[in-house]
Amino acid sequence: MSLQMLTYIVVGLTFACYFSIAIWARAGSTGEFYVASKGVHPVANGMATAADWMSAASFISMAGLIAFNGYDASAYLMGWTGGYVLLALLLAPYLRKYGKFTVPEFIGERYYSKTARLVAVLCLLVASLTYVIGQMKGVGVAFSRFLEVDFSTGVFIGMFIVFFYSVIGGMKGITYTQIAQFVVLIFAYTVPAVFISLQLTGHPLPQTGLGGTVADGTYLLDKLDLVLQDLGFAAYTELKGTSINVALLTLSLMLGTAGLPHVIIRFFTVPRVRDARSSAGWALVFIAVLYTTAPAVGAMSMFNLINTVQTGEVGEVEANLVYEDRPQWFHNWETTGLLQFEDKNGDGRIQYYNDKNPEFAEQAERFGWEGNELVKVDRDIMVLANPEIAQLPNWVIALVAAGGIAAALSTAAGLLLAISSAISHDLLKGIFRPNISEKNELLAGRISMAGAILVAGYFGLNPPGFAAQVVALAFGLAASSLFPALMMGIFSSRVNNRGAIAGMLAGIGVTLCYIFIYKGFLFIPGTQLLADVPANWVLGISPEAFGAVGALVNFVVALTVSNMTEAPPASVQALVQDIRIPKGSGSAQAH
Amino acid sequence: MPDVSPAAAYWRANLRVLAQCLLVWVIVSFLLSVILVDVLNTLRLGGYPLGFWFAQQGSLYTFIVLIFYYAWRMNRLDRQFHFEEDDEGSN
Repeated sequence: MSLQMLTYIVVGLTFACYFSIAIWARAGSTGEFYVASKGVHPVANGMATAADWMSAASFISMAGLIAFNGYDASAYLMGWTGGYVLLALLLAPYLRKYGKFTVPEFIGERYYSKTARLVAVLCLLVASLTYVIGQMKGVGVAFSRFLEVDFSTGVFIGMFIVFFYSVIGGMKGITYTQIAQFVVLIFAYTVPAVFISLQLTGHPLPQTGLGGTVADGTYLLDKLDLVLQDLGFAAYTELKGTSINVALLTLSLMLGTAGLPHVIIRFFTVPRVRDARSSAGWALVFIAVLYTTAPAVGAMSMFNLINTVQTGEVGEVEANLVYEDRPQWFHNWETTGLLQFEDKNGDGRIQYYNDKNPEFAEQAERFGWEGNELVKVDRDIMVLANPEIAQLPNWVIALVAAGGIAAALSTAAGLLLAISSAISHDLLKGIFRPNISEKNELLAGRISMAGAILVAGYFGLNPPGFAAQVVALAFGLAASSLFPALMMGIFSSRVNNRGAIAGMLAGIGVTLCYIFIYKGFLFIPGTQLLADVPANWVLGISPEAFGAVGALVNFVVALTVSNMTEAPPASVQALVQDIRIPKGSGSAQAH
Repeated sequence: MPDVSPAAAYWRANLRVLAQCLLVWVIVSFLLSVILVDVLNTLRLGGYPLGFWFAQQGSLYTFIVLIFYYAWRMNRLDRQFHFEEDDEGSN
């Protein structure tokens, strides 16, 4: 059977599965639509959270990010997992005890302020919308690459499927589809990884394979360090940037992870406070399956790439691959434009090395090399081309396509639910039309979700130039505004409305300023005040890593302003005391 | 402290467990994986330099253990202070 046919069958089967779940899990009430009636088992919720969390970027791009950054990419691995410790210890159990539907709702009630709720809604909308655009783009990419349909057709199909099960099923439908999507994506990710690890190191577990030895008996990581250094690159396992930036980036991603509303609301769906605690642990178990495999995929695919191009001693003419002899997968990915070769010195062979390293230039000249000839190696191919590089059967390639689509769809659905609940529950019912009936609120939720899908689809088809920069924005906003406001709302009964609002605005303010200085005002090209290079960064802190500083500003401002103004009213202090104790989570749920 | 309410004592006990867990969280992710990474890299765990292993593997495993440990300790505290929820949950 042809690869094309197989891919259609595998992807089609997964879609049929998502549709069946959607029809089975229709939402009939706002409780079902927003929080799946708070009846999801903690392990099931953990799995759904893992799918919710692991986006197209985690599935497709992260291993490549690790492959090209080595040790420095640890910030992403630790940041995107360590945030769950903060979530489980500092937020999830208390917000579950609070027992309502949305994150801005808690902020609005705890800080007895519609303004605070509005600020929270705005942060949520900006962070979630920018994020969901990336998912729609991811669906389009996966479709166009594996099913050879148009990019835009891919986006439309993705929009239609998400529309179907999110709008009908709400949180309930999304939860059970996400569980199915987790199974698809994790299988698709680990199968090629296991095969590659077996081929290179003989270890079936990629996690131990990365610490194993390759054919000549040396350790894989030592060998990788060596071949990279021989080609003028930095050693894989050593720090390339600065410690302070890696530490702050890690912290910013952790705070942002814990503060992202689409993840937090998943913990509103479990029955009890104790379930919220353990469910975060289960979520991290399922996430770690992918996140501990990714470093092995990254290192091993880098190793494979270099060994394909550099077949022997660096500097010997015979040791560089003749372009005409390149393997089939090289052909395939060249046609997609993700891999590009340019024969700069006209010798018909491929030289891949670091031509930006002045110390290596003299050596390169002696070899007769005139620049790095793999002019483009898109980091996404580290995952996408893996099955072909490892010469795995076609069904594995089909599976990777289905996995990438599952990762994008599951994250998109979670984000869309966060967006629609913010619009229908926080804006409409909370601020503009408090007397709206439940039936109309449910309808409004569905309409706003459909609207969000259209907006996301539009931007997926016409990606704004800043698509690549949104990570900094989404995590910076969540870390500098939502996380501190939520944490202080639980751990201090002294922080009041003025303090919280001043803190959030100050946190967002400094973070946005710092990001805009280096990335351009509203990401408009040409409006950068300073070039985004390490030499210009304050204390060597990159814009992506600044969220932690913004969070600190938020904490300091909120505590200072609160202490200078009156304490919150007794009812709010009683609320804080109430959410700290698990007992009575049932009664608090009355809505 | 006889005049401390059960709720306040429960909260204080919770903060103590929290502080322990967050201390481990800081040590593993920031101290071992970033600040001391060069020193630890002189030691090895199989083919892994130890600091690199903590940054890309060990810290993740520690996070999982931390969350389940905290959940277990808190469930015990809930029972000890009689703040646990009814078994049938909130529905």
